[in-house]
Amino acid sequence: MTCDICGKKKATVHLTEIVDEQMSEMHLCEECARQKSSQMEQQFGLADLLAGLSDTSKPANSKESDKNVLKCSRCGLVYEDFRKFGRLGCGECYLSFKEHLTGLLRKIHGSNKYLGKTPSRHLENQALAPAEGAPALLSSDDLSDLKRQLQSAIAAEDFEKAAILRDKIRNLE
Amino acid sequence: MLGNIAGLYMRIEELLNHTGEWLRGTGPSAHIVMSSRVRLARNLEAWTFPGKSGKKDLEAVLKAFGEAVNRISALKGSTLFQMTEIDQVDRQLLVERHLMSHEHASNPEGKGLLVTAEEVVSIMVNEEDHLRIQVMRSGLNLSEAWNIINTIDDALSRELNFAFMPSWGYLTACPTNTGTAMRGSVMMHLPALVMTKQINKVLAAISKLSFASRGFYGEGTQASGNFYQISNQVSLGHSELDIIQNINGLIRQVIEQEEQARQALLLQNKPMLEDKVCRSFGLLKTARIISSQEAIELFSMVRLGLDMGILQHVDHKALNELFIMIQPAHLQKIEGKKLNAFERDTKRAAVIRQKLGRSTNID
Repeated sequence: MTCDICGKKKATVHLTEIVDEQMSEMHLCEECARQKSSQMEQQFGLADLLAGLSDTSKPANSKESDKNVLKCSRCGLVYEDFRKFGRLGCGECYLSFKEHLTGLLRKIHGSNKYLGKTPSRHLENQALAPAEGAPALLSSDDLSDLKRQLQSAIAAEDFEKAAILRDKIRNLE
Repeated sequence: MLGNIAGLYMRIEELLNHTGEWLRGTGPSAHIVMSSRVRLARNLEAWTFPGKSGKKDLEAVLKAFGEAVNRISALKGSTLFQMTEIDQVDRQLLVERHLMSHEHASNPEGKGLLVTAEEVVSIMVNEEDHLRIQVMRSGLNLSEAWNIINTIDDALSRELNFAFMPSWGYLTACPTNTGTAMRGSVMMHLPALVMTKQINKVLAAISKLSFASRGFYGEGTQASGNFYQISNQVSLGHSELDIIQNINGLIRQVIEQEEQARQALLLQNKPMLEDKVCRSFGLLKTARIISSQEAIELFSMVRLGLDMGILQHVDHKALNELFIMIQPAHLQKIEGKKLNAFERDTKRAAVIRQKLGRSTNID
C-alpha cells in the first residue's frame, strides 16, 4: 500500500479521524504522517483548547493588563504561560488562578463540583480543627462538600471515614 | 536509599521470565476484554509539580516517596527503579510492559518507577504529576482494580500530604485530570465489529459520550490488530465509583455489539472465517521473518478463532504474552544484544514459533 499523500513511499501509519461522527481512514508514509501530525497538533493541541476555553471564562471586569501580570504567588507561573502550555506549576496555582479555572474546569468536565474521595491526612486535619479550638472557617459550601464526601465514604464502605465526617457535619450544623 | 536498588539489574532481567498478571487471559468477559486499568494522579503539597521543579526537588520527592513506601505493608516486596540508573533499552522494556509511559523513559532525570511483584501495581514518580499510580487486571475488572488502587492510595495518603482542595479534589498539573484524577481504561478486542464495518459507528458513539479510544500501545497510538483502549475523559462531577460504573455500562454495550457481530460473521460465511483464522495460525507457526504489525494482525485472528471455538489447544496466556514479547526491547533482551530492524523481524518470528509450538498439541 502506498502513501495517500505523496503516493510514492510505503504507507506504514494508519490514521483514523472522526469529524462530526464521520470516520475516515488515511494510510501514510512515516514522513507524511509526521507532517500531518504536526498540522493536527496545531489545530487541536491541548494548549490551544485550554487557551480557547480559558478565554471564554475570563472574568468580565478583568483588564488585559491585569491578566498579563497574573502570576502564581508560590511557583511564579505566569497565567499566560499556563494558557500557552496547558500545565499548572503547583497546587497554589489553583488558588492564584481560581477565577479563570472555575469556568475552565466546568467546560472540560461538564461540572466543577468535586464528588470523589478525600485523602486520609486531610480528613484528620479537618476533624482535629474544632477539637483544638480553632475558629470554624467553613462556609455552607464546605458543609455541602462534607455531605458529599460522607456519601462517597458510605458508598465505598469506609465507615471509619464516614464517622469522622458525620461528627464534623453535626458540629457545623 | 531507594529500596532494592542493589538488586535492580537482576530484577529487570528477571522480568523476562514471566509477564504481568494482567495478561493471564482470564477474568470476566476475557473473550473480548483483554485487560482493565485504573490510574490515579497525585501530587505532594510540599513541592511544585515536576514540570516546574529542578533536579534537587525531583530527587527530594523521589526520596520522600521511597521512605513512605518502606512504611507501607501493601507495597512490601516491590522494587523502586531510579530511571537514571538504568539504560535506554531497559527503560524501553518497562514501557513495552505497560508499566510506564514513553515520556517517562525519554527524559530520565529525577524520575522513578515502583513495580510490585506480579506487576499488578506500578507507580511512576515525577512524570507529569509527582505520582501516577496504576493497577492492571486481566479481563473486565475495573472494580477490583479500583479496590486495590484505593487501598494503596489510602496508605500513601497517610504517609504523604497530597495537594487537595475540598471543592476541586486532587490538584494535578493538567486541568483535564483535576478532581478524582482517575482514569479507568479497558483494552477491548473488537475484530468482528471491524470486519462487519460497524466499528466507526461504535467509536463515534464512544467519543460522543466523552470517552476516548486509543491503540494497544497507549496514548497517541493508532488501533492495531483490532485492539481498542477505551477510557473516561471526565474527572470532576462524579465519584470514582460512578465513573467506574459508567465505563462498565458502556463496555458492556460494546461487548454485546461485538458478540452480535461475531454471530453474524458465523452465520454469513463460516468457511471464510475459519479459513482466515487457520491461515493466520499457520503463518505464525511457520514464518521466518515477520514485522510486529503483521504479527499483531495475525494474533488478532488467532485470538478470535480461540474465542469462537474455531481453534483449540492454544494457550490464551501464551498468546497474550506474545503481544509483549515481540516488541523491540524485549527481543533485544532475549537475544542479549542490539538487533537491527531485519534481525528483529527474524528473532520475532523465532520467538513466536517457539511459543506457539510449545503451547499447541497440533502442528
